[in-house]
Amino acid sequence: MADPTASTTRVTAAGSPGATAAAGGDDGAAATDGGAASSPPEDVVTFTLDGRTVTAPKGEMLIAAAERAGTFIPRFCYHPRMASVGVCRMCLVEVSGPRGATLQPSCFVEVAEGAEVTTDSPKVKKAQDGVLEFLLVNHPLDCPVCDKGGECPLQDQTLAYGPGESRFVEEKRHFEKPIPISELVLLDRERCIQCSRCTRFAAEVAGEAQIDFAGRGELLEVATFPDHPFTSYFSGNTVQICPVGALTAAPYRFSARPWDLDQVESTCTTCAVGCRVAVQSSANRVTRLLGIDADPVNHGWLCDKGRFAYETVNGDQRLTEPLVRKDGRLVAVSWHEALAAAAAGLKAAAARAGDARRARSVGVLGGARLTNEAAYLWTRLAKGVLGTDSVDAQMADGLPGDLVAGLPRATIDEMVAADTVVVISGDLREELPVLFLRLLGAARAGKVSVIELAPQRSAITPSAAVSLRYRPGDVAAVARALVDDGAPVPDGIDPTALGRARELAGAPRVVVVLGRPTIAEHEGLVADAALTLTAALPGVRFLPALRRGNVHGAIDMGMAPGLLPGRVGLEEGRAWFAEAWGSVPSERGLDARAMLAALAGDDPGKPEALVVLGADPLSDFPDRAMAERALDAAGFLVAVASTPGPVVDRADVVLPAAAAHERAGTTTNVEGRVSRVAQKLVPPGQAWADWMIAVELAAHIGTELAPESVAAAWDEIERVAPAHRGLTHAMLDARGAEDGVVVPLGPGPARRPAPALLDPIAFPGIESVERQGAPPRAGLAEPPAPAPAPATGATPGTGAETEPEGTARPPILALPAGVDAPHVAPTDAYTHRLTVGRRLYDLGDAVSSSPSLARLVEATALRVSPHDLDDLGVGPGDRIRLRTATTSIDVEVDVDPMLPRKVVAADWNVPLGEVTAGVLVDGRHPVVEVRLESIP
Amino acid sequence: MAITEAPKIVTARMGHPDSHTLERYLATGGYEGLRKALTMTPEAVAAEVDAASLLGRGGAGFPAGRKWSMLRKNPVSYLVVNGDESEPATFKDHLLVERDPHQLIEGVLIAAYALQVSQAFIYLRGEFALGLERVQAALNDAYDHGAVGEDIFGSGFSIDLVVHPGAGAYICGEETALIESLEGKRGFPRIKPPFFPAAIGLYGEPTVVNNVETMSNLPWIMLHGGAAFAALGEGKSTGTRLFALAGHVRHPGVFEIEMVKTTFADLIFAPVLGGGIPGDRQLKAFIPGGVSAPWFGPEQVDLPLGQDEVAGAGSMLGSGSVVVMDEDTCAVRAAWRITRFFARESCGQCTPCREGSGWLERIMARIESGHGREEDLDLLLDACDNIAPGLTWPPQQTTICVLGPSIPSSIGSAIKMFRDEFLVHIKEGGCPFG
Ligand SMILES: Cc1cc2nc3c(=O)[nH]c(=O)nc-3n(C[C@H](O)[C@H](O)[C@H](O)COP(=O)(O)O)c2cc1C
Ligand code: SF4
Ligand code: SF4
Ligand code: SF4
Ligand code: FES
Repeated sequence: MADPTASTTRVTAAGSPGATAAAGGDDGAAATDGGAASSPPEDVVTFTLDGRTVTAPKGEMLIAAAERAGTFIPRFCYHPRMASVGVCRMCLVEVSGPRGATLQPSCFVEVAEGAEVTTDSPKVKKAQDGVLEFLLVNHPLDCPVCDKGGECPLQDQTLAYGPGESRFVEEKRHFEKPIPISELVLLDRERCIQCSRCTRFAAEVAGEAQIDFAGRGELLEVATFPDHPFTSYFSGNTVQICPVGALTAAPYRFSARPWDLDQVESTCTTCAVGCRVAVQSSANRVTRLLGIDADPVNHGWLCDKGRFAYETVNGDQRLTEPLVRKDGRLVAVSWHEALAAAAAGLKAAAARAGDARRARSVGVLGGARLTNEAAYLWTRLAKGVLGTDSVDAQMADGLPGDLVAGLPRATIDEMVAADTVVVISGDLREELPVLFLRLLGAARAGKVSVIELAPQRSAITPSAAVSLRYRPGDVAAVARALVDDGAPVPDGIDPTALGRARELAGAPRVVVVLGRPTIAEHEGLVADAALTLTAALPGVRFLPALRRGNVHGAIDMGMAPGLLPGRVGLEEGRAWFAEAWGSVPSERGLDARAMLAALAGDDPGKPEALVVLGADPLSDFPDRAMAERALDAAGFLVAVASTPGPVVDRADVVLPAAAAHERAGTTTNVEGRVSRVAQKLVPPGQAWADWMIAVELAAHIGTELAPESVAAAWDEIERVAPAHRGLTHAMLDARGAEDGVVVPLGPGPARRPAPALLDPIAFPGIESVERQGAPPRAGLAEPPAPAPAPATGATPGTGAETEPEGTARPPILALPAGVDAPHVAPTDAYTHRLTVGRRLYDLGDAVSSSPSLARLVEATALRVSPHDLDDLGVGPGDRIRLRTATTSIDVEVDVDPMLPRKVVAADWNVPLGEVTAGVLVDGRHPVVEVRLESIP
Repeated sequence: MAITEAPKIVTARMGHPDSHTLERYLATGGYEGLRKALTMTPEAVAAEVDAASLLGRGGAGFPAGRKWSMLRKNPVSYLVVNGDESEPATFKDHLLVERDPHQLIEGVLIAAYALQVSQAFIYLRGEFALGLERVQAALNDAYDHGAVGEDIFGSGFSIDLVVHPGAGAYICGEETALIESLEGKRGFPRIKPPFFPAAIGLYGEPTVVNNVETMSNLPWIMLHGGAAFAALGEGKSTGTRLFALAGHVRHPGVFEIEMVKTTFADLIFAPVLGGGIPGDRQLKAFIPGGVSAPWFGPEQVDLPLGQDEVAGAGSMLGSGSVVVMDEDTCAVRAAWRITRFFARESCGQCTPCREGSGWLERIMARIESGHGREEDLDLLLDACDNIAPGLTWPPQQTTICVLGPSIPSSIGSAIKMFRDEFLVHIKEGGCPFG
């Protein structure tokens, strides 16, 4: 038996989820990775728990304090990530008070000095028995056909605390069996125990009260509002936290019994938040993803796209064999033949380019889908073997790689603990959904003030202290005006709002969430804004809001022109990597925009061949027409892909790659947090993991890349990549590091100690006893001992095969002194600027190959300000003609009162009439100017 | 005991058919109490109410003066008047609202002045169609008369008053559910602690909630003094109180009666009050304080109408409703109907009340219809015990508000007092009363 006092103090310092809830919701525990010192004594109360003396931080709820001391109190409505409501009454315990011991809900009573708390008296047991019996009165007990059967808190706690037999002989309450409350979620009201977890999640965590209670008494039911389904992007979380089978997910319903599922813990790579997930499968198919409560990252939540996009992996649209184009047709060949063809084509391209153009001979596009290990090996293949520096994991839809690598970084916890968060990005709910949840929680709790800089409204707008609506093209000017009273104020910026924003930006702790407020504005302008802020705000830190899966890992591994692995510049790292790899590119290569422009324009400096790594420039690159011309013009095209698409259709060689959940390794999120992705499935057919494709392709070109395993690849990264120095396997696998470790390692411990016990009722269905602690029926459980925190700056990896000797390890990149932001010409009175934001559900691969999500893609209209609509003499629903320099389309318009005048808004890669916004963007210009005309 | 000659404190005007109008009100001393209060300090006004020892008339019987004095230490933001009166057989506030709305408004203004709040709300049961109309009309007249609004009667004190109709839920009479409802939310009671209105009330601010009748006493107290009020009644129960008499009596209705001096027997049988049971049938039982209260039998009929006296005998004066059951009443059916009321009105948020009420109602219905089993009696009591542990009085609770532990009152009383009747239902497979 653990010494409860000792364990309590220990976990207090860690900032437990319980403490978070007690503090009133999200993000109370904003401790940094360093871990806080023990609380001062005046913040600690001492009370007795079943006769033992226990201490807990003041303000903590009894239920959480008891749990940390090893006493599990049964519960249904209590959730450590949400505010208590005290409705289910399952957690009643006896608490001494002025009128003797009374039954109190331990989830709603704060620890009090000297209180005597009894959790196991006959009176408590009778109350628990009573509550469970009441809950079962109307419960249909259709466990054999219920998804939750086998992992159901109601079943489990009835077994542990409930009456042996029901005395209920009456007719039960009846409701129509499951009714859909959205495309993804079904509700069985007969099973509902009215715990309000789902409704609270929707209102409190997701910030959209789309479901709420209706009715009264035992007819109290969860309901949607008339004609408004539960469209939240986070609806799947309600299914996961429902303590019974009342809410079920359409994609998972009836697909498995929990005890037949096999699980690994992994990281979601659908976007760059890097939510921790439990991947559960059966018969080599993913059956579902559940969110794991990773304290620094996702708090257990997932977005619906991340949760359900596994359908892609299971889909029958997978590439299963290598293909080579023969006589104009792609035919299946052996791996050897395909690799030989690819190697030959790439060598020939290099030869065509000659030594002078070697650093731009082959273009490597994409890579944000890879693991860190694969990204590293592809970089080494491109930069070390082929000698090309024209490598870009982004599609001109992100930020310059060397800017990202050089930004002083913040963690998500630091963001929610900042005074002011400046959001210069697209709508975070659409782009990085769970990051949005964390920010929303902090903003709604009044913990941070949000300044938003964007041309159009976003989901954070209602919670922002200031929203500065600017015209695309003005982002750098607005940033300058924000930090410099003397700078000119761009047109349309409200001076009062700007004044307020200036005040807030002057706070000591400022974190900037930096992405692309609109894709129709050159990334150089955003980079310029970032440099302005760093120069003016001492101590400012950044969370780069790049969206795609492992884009941050790809940049960290050098998949951008001018970069080498470990956040090192090409010139600074030249000597070191030349020694490690044998050679490095002679000069800086082209980025995606330059490569595609050169190919499309048949420029003499164009790449002679293109390798596309699991990317689709046609839907990802802002200028669709340019991407199309470029791909058609590519001299030799290698596609490494899991699913077919326009790139595969045009490829000369197609190499089938393993998809998510089919490969192991690590991934890196927006914070620079490296965490494990796990392999759960065997890839279909002959598909290989990307790292292996790189190694084998290099061998066919004639260079052996040393690593023969993912693990060995990581060892090499740890040895040669300066930002990753010290992050060994041992450290990644240490207990408590499951949530990942942020690189570069800081001076403190690499990670916080794990919470003592995670509540198994909080996120039912995750079977890891190691992570969640013992099942509740164990009563008293011993909290697992924390693993010792590995020291930092730690020991380098073992072998030193590629460890360069005699050369100094290059420094991690600093911010560039300046960027070449393009000049934006002023507009005339007849011209509007286009802003283009993203939607979570778009026509991209992840959504369109997941049937459950593909249904959710919505047709959109062009959004126009009310003034501009009036000027045009049209109204919402009418069609207008929209002209750019190169094209003209007729589209439906909608009104958006929050748009500035002379700005029109469209969404990226979703249906806009018969086309998508991609046809409107002209990659040669920094902004997109359009004219609106009424249709004659 | 006897019916006393105590003055009519809140019903004095009701003989006039136009008792609800400003003209009648002014002609009968209306707004004089307020004028007097405005010449005094707020502390002095509160002290007068404290001296009156006016017990809250909403059910819990907490002295209004004491409630206010706790709040004057940390300033109150809002005054809320509880006119939700929705309990079966409770209809005394109904009368005050319809027949003397100015008296209510004046009382609210006096309390607002004593508490120094500038915003007060009158929450009225939505079904009080005429009452709502009359209070609203009276309020408009009071604004025109200068009694409400900016700088009332030139005193420098400003107050706004808002009338808010309920939407048909009994639970919104519970003060924290009422506050939620006023805030525009579902009427779910809040958990106390910490959500005592005095600490965290309307919009999170300290709030006083008082009953309509409590407020309606204030004009008289201001005019005649707290001591005059305290001189009426006896002990803790001072003044007069309205009783809504219902059930098997010749003259059901609302009666204003001096507290303690009068007994239940007087109320039920005195010719000027209840007038006795029709057909001279025997008294079987009565409910002394609304359907949340445990029942009394003929043995208790001589108890005085006083708060402590009734509490000492194991029940309460509660909402001021007295329900009389004659010898032909089926106790099982009566208890079932009350349980059904609670099952339908439970807000549903906490498990023991939501599920317990429905379960108990089903068992009661089953017994009443002749399908009971003997073990059902123990089951009923044990399920009741899981809502109100120990089945004590006043009850303990496993629930958020006291609606839950009110459910066992009638079932417990019926089984305790009329166990045989249950057994007859069970053995004979039906109701002996037909
Ligand atoms: C279920 C329930 C219903 C209630 N209904 C009413 C009501 O209709 N009117 C009322 O004044 N008090 C009602 N109360 C009591 C109020 O909560 C509160 O105690 C009262 O309004 C305080 O006013 P007082 O101090 O003037 O009595 C109810 C309480 C409960 C638990
Ligand atoms: S649907 Fe599930 S989560 Fe929602 S209230 Fe019912 S039991 Fe609770
Ligand atoms: S927010 Fe991103 S990482 Fe998290 S579940 Fe969604 S897609 Fe996956
Ligand atoms: S006791 Fe009943 S009415 Fe009161 S809060 Fe609980 S469920 Fe609602
Ligand atoms: S009342 Fe505490 S867990 Fe539900």
